[in-house]
Amino acid sequence: MADCNETIRELDTFLDGELSDGARSQIRHHLDGCVDCLQAFDFHAELKAVISRKCNNDEMPPGLLSRIEQCFDTDFDGDGAVGA
Amino acid sequence: MAERDDFAEQAMQYAPQLYSAALRMTRNQADAEDLVQETYLRGFRSFHTFTEGTNLRAWLFRILTNAYINTYRAKQRRPIESDLADVEELYLYKRLGSMETAAASLSAEEQFLDLFTDDEVKTALEDLPENFRLPVLLADVDGFAYKEIAEILDIPVGTVMSRLHRGRKAMQRALYHYAEARGITAKGPDTGDTSPSPTERTGR
Repeated sequence: MADCNETIRELDTFLDGELSDGARSQIRHHLDGCVDCLQAFDFHAELKAVISRKCNNDEMPPGLLSRIEQCFDTDFDGDGAVGA
Repeated sequence: MAERDDFAEQAMQYAPQLYSAALRMTRNQADAEDLVQETYLRGFRSFHTFTEGTNLRAWLFRILTNAYINTYRAKQRRPIESDLADVEELYLYKRLGSMETAAASLSAEEQFLDLFTDDEVKTALEDLPENFRLPVLLADVDGFAYKEIAEILDIPVGTVMSRLHRGRKAMQRALYHYAEARGITAKGPDTGDTSPSPTERTGR
């Protein structure tokens, strides 16, 4: 079973979903019995969720989508000559 | 026209994500718009090389990243490759973790949402040197796997992991400074080491 140091060392890979099933269940097993590590993992999981949400909510400028679609229609020959 | 419609139908749904990522890369709206438009144009032209059934989102992000690196990066004034000052492990947690447990009525995420404004989180990410910013952006904002990030950035997986780790810690330190500047950090016996030491200057 993983100890606290080994568990914290795998914090990134665990939260990023990059551990093998075996390694993952070892970490889970440790977290089940260790409040300190569990709190640290929870904290970083929430931080990751907040970063994702707050950095991915920009409103697209009006007209950008239609300008993009216009590109497709005006570049038939693929020579990069966009627009009139 | 069939190819045009195929591409539009499958690819346009990713425009908001690509636009947000482009903003974090270029840090200004005009360049981000141009970058997204360029990405779609490049994608459209090379759509015949895309293998049906593979990850179109990752494919588009790779085009976005390449377009940014080749076209827009030259305009950026900040250094491309830069090192970061070493930051201790669990930097933010050691300083703010006790606040989280202090208010049991709110979930941790709700607390974070109140702690930092959107602009603070965006700026903390955008201020990272580019070699750290791109891995953090692709992993934490856009949810790509290490292997996908390695392919998008053309660097080894081990490099992705180490840059992610250090980039995240640097971002946490920036966030902590925002919290501190607004006077919302906990003052208690177990957060007595909150003041950054003089050696902890950013390595810009």
